Amino acid sequence: MAGVLVLLSIALITIYFRESAGGGLHQVQSAGATVLRPFEVAADRVSRPFRDAYGYFAGLVHAKSENNRLRAENEQLRQQASQNAFAASENADLRKKLNFINSPQYPRGYGHVTASILGQPPSAFEQQVLIGAGSSSGIQVFDPVVTGEGLVGTVVRVANNQSLVALLTDDTTSVSAVDVETGAQGVVKAGASFDQVGKDQKVKSGDILVTAGWKSKAAGLSSIYPRGIAIGRVTSVGQNEVDLYKHVQLQPFVNFKTLSSLVVLFPPKTR
Amino acid sequence: MIADIAKGAAVLFVAAILQVTLLSQIDVFHGAPDLVLVTLVSVALLRGTIFGAAAGFGAGLVVDTATLQTLGVTSLLLTIAGYWIGRYGETTGRDRTHAPFVSVAVVTLLYSIGALILHYMLGEPASASRVLLDAFPFELIFNLILTLPVYALCRRLFRPPPTGLEEVQLLG
Repeated sequence: MAGVLVLLSIALITIYFRESAGGGLHQVQSAGATVLRPFEVAADRVSRPFRDAYGYFAGLVHAKSENNRLRAENEQLRQQASQNAFAASENADLRKKLNFINSPQYPRGYGHVTASILGQPPSAFEQQVLIGAGSSSGIQVFDPVVTGEGLVGTVVRVANNQSLVALLTDDTTSVSAVDVETGAQGVVKAGASFDQVGKDQKVKSGDILVTAGWKSKAAGLSSIYPRGIAIGRVTSVGQNEVDLYKHVQLQPFVNFKTLSSLVVLFPPKTR
Repeated sequence: MIADIAKGAAVLFVAAILQVTLLSQIDVFHGAPDLVLVTLVSVALLRGTIFGAAAGFGAGLVVDTATLQTLGVTSLLLTIAGYWIGRYGETTGRDRTHAPFVSVAVVTLLYSIGALILHYMLGEPASASRVLLDAFPFELIFNLILTLPVYALCRRLFRPPPTGLEEVQLLG
């Protein structure tokens, strides 16, 4: 009996791996997930007040130190905002003079679906969350996912009414990024490091990284992330003689422990 | 027997839903309590190999379906876990006070190692240090804390089967 179940599990894994995303087993899983959804929603609603209470008290613990940090940051941002306002008007003026044709820019030109988080796989391997919207809401695999704080990740699996989102901190997530201050380009991996930054490029602690949103006309390829989504702030920069690239660490803007709802982006013309 | 199957299915279904929606979001150095594993160990200890393996397979399917993970991965690991613990319960462990705690500790470690091997075999990136060094100690502590109430509940639901050797008290 146990042997049969083990063989059945191995058969399931093999078939699931070999078939396409629209295969029979995926369809069965999607239907099963739809059946389970009301139970997950009910459990989520019951547990939400407890989670909110925990979040409230956890927030109080850090409130004082965070308040001082935010005051200092606010001063800095106020100065930056006035400089940015001037740069923006100058930018608009120059674009008009150059007849510059812009590609869709985040958040303009992108449609979105807001979905709440239903659950999470019970494993330390995947940094993923399950959201309560799927293909019936227009979501497709590789759609970028954000919150007001910045980039959260990307959709990796879609069912009728649910989708699986790989977080920025997942080992499989890589995002082309650019340093806003210096223009240095690289790849953010697992939400912790800014890799493939050449030694000739300038990156310093405190710099802000955003999605690069590259496009290659020759290859007909483009990044799945629109340009300009905030990713995080550089926390340390190092380099040695042997390595080709700098060692850059970053802290994502999004607090992945307090996520409750997410926004899935998609270009409106494609749906 | 049918009542046992219904109770086992209900308990593991509730455990799987709670695991997916609530407990997996607890994150202490990537470690989270595994209610499904603890419940399965308790059920398998009390009901033996076949029940344990079948319960593990079913619970794994529910978890994989609810979280859109590769179907069969959790089922495979939980089937083996349920069978082994059921065997331990049938042979030596069922009546010992420490049995559930020892079983949960051993299965938590073997489950983590098994999951790591399976992820490597499937070509998925997995950090061994994160799973075994960072997450495991906290997962073990959480699971041991859960063992006491979960095993007590399962013991109420699944009373040990009669052995046929009833104690006779002689009076007079």
